[in-house]
Amino acid sequence: MIDVDNLCLKQGAFHLNSVSLHIPKGRYAILMGKTGCGKTTILEAVAGLRSFASGRIMLNDRDVTHATPAERNVGYVPQDGALFTTMTVGDNLAFALTIRNQPAAVVKARVEQLASWLQLGHLLNRRAVGLSGGETQRIALGRALANHPPVLLMDEPLSSLDEETRERMIELLKVLPKQAEVTVLHITHSRSEADQLGDLIFRLQEGRIESVASRVL
Amino acid sequence: MREWKYYLCLSILGGSYVVLIVAMVVADFFFTTPGDLLAALNDPAIRYSINLTLISCTVTAILSLWVAVPMGYLLARTQFWGKTAVDTILDIPIVLPPLVLGLSLLILFDYTTIGEWFRANIMRISLRIPAVILAQFSVSAAFAVRTMRITFEQTSPRTEQVALTLGCTRAQAFWRIVLPEARKGVLTAGTLAWARALGEFGPIMIFAGATPNLTEVLSTTVWLRFSDPDLPGAVAVALFMIAIGVFVLVLTRALGLRGTGLV
Repeated sequence: MIDVDNLCLKQGAFHLNSVSLHIPKGRYAILMGKTGCGKTTILEAVAGLRSFASGRIMLNDRDVTHATPAERNVGYVPQDGALFTTMTVGDNLAFALTIRNQPAAVVKARVEQLASWLQLGHLLNRRAVGLSGGETQRIALGRALANHPPVLLMDEPLSSLDEETRERMIELLKVLPKQAEVTVLHITHSRSEADQLGDLIFRLQEGRIESVASRVL
Repeated sequence: MREWKYYLCLSILGGSYVVLIVAMVVADFFFTTPGDLLAALNDPAIRYSINLTLISCTVTAILSLWVAVPMGYLLARTQFWGKTAVDTILDIPIVLPPLVLGLSLLILFDYTTIGEWFRANIMRISLRIPAVILAQFSVSAAFAVRTMRITFEQTSPRTEQVALTLGCTRAQAFWRIVLPEARKGVLTAGTLAWARALGEFGPIMIFAGATPNLTEVLSTTVWLRFSDPDLPGAVAVALFMIAIGVFVLVLTRALGLRGTGLV
């Protein structure tokens, strides 16, 4: 569950006015809005990467308003994937587990599981550079999900993909809430992406959530 | 045809500087003889000077990185009160005449209460080997900081943010993600600091002096030989310096820094 209550932020001319979102556990929410309207800012605030003037953020009934990003245990997939290019694909997938000193056997099993699900097995020993857009996003997704976060935040993960890869990724993302047992907040410009993936669709306009659409499941 | 003339024009204008550098090195090379070079190498004072130069430049490069990595990161990735002032202060060693820098170091360590306390309680700095390193460091570190700042500005902060969400503390994200991504910049900053220290002369002359077998480094050796007057000896030492400088540049490029925009 993701609960954002009255989030306010002002940065120069840009501002967010009392933004509130409620995304029930296991739902796939889409946040839409024009470029520069503050979608990424909200996502970064939920992830703990950006401070804000006032408001409260709850993740699975836990108040994380003042928690560090590490304490929040969220998965985060940025627009460009932001892979760790000094590491192999396997090390990228294992990162959230190795940083927590998980036993090698646990790490190996989880990496193999993710690689099998995301069809990354053939890339595990390759350095994470020069990969296609689809591969990059699948690795970023696997890396974000490795530690079983209850919340997944995705910032326009499909925007740079070609049509075919995008469709394949959409099929993958459709099963995400059930497969990975996560609550998803996904930012996009694309109406069709929103229609195909979103259980809940929020629209951000001029610093406020202007409308919410919900699909009956 | 027109395009050919255009590129020729650019090549002549830009190439004239390349020709000047090559001409200077070639002139030095033909001015000296193998005998001069051997004589210089067999001179104990020059051998001491070479050793002190290599050691002091290496220590200076390490110290420069020690301050340049954190400062470059702070300037590139954070906003803080007084940032513009700090940025300007860091440019002072770059814009000041080296002699002024040496003079300022001398005043600080020899003519102030802090300097007197330092001398009485810790060690004397001026006219000693630490003065050589401090004089080199005071200039070299500024260039290393600039290089590290550019490096951190050129690498995306996004990976660091992802690392934080994956469970890293700030320090872990820095050591595991930020620094490995900036490794080429670190290498370049270290190399630049080393090379800059090699060429430092003014601050060393004023703050450390040029006492043979004590504070004499290659740059001051050239000056001492030239004033002696021993022009062939000065040129022989200059050729050693050129050789060391070229070696460092070749090494830097061989380590794969080409194309990073840093060398």
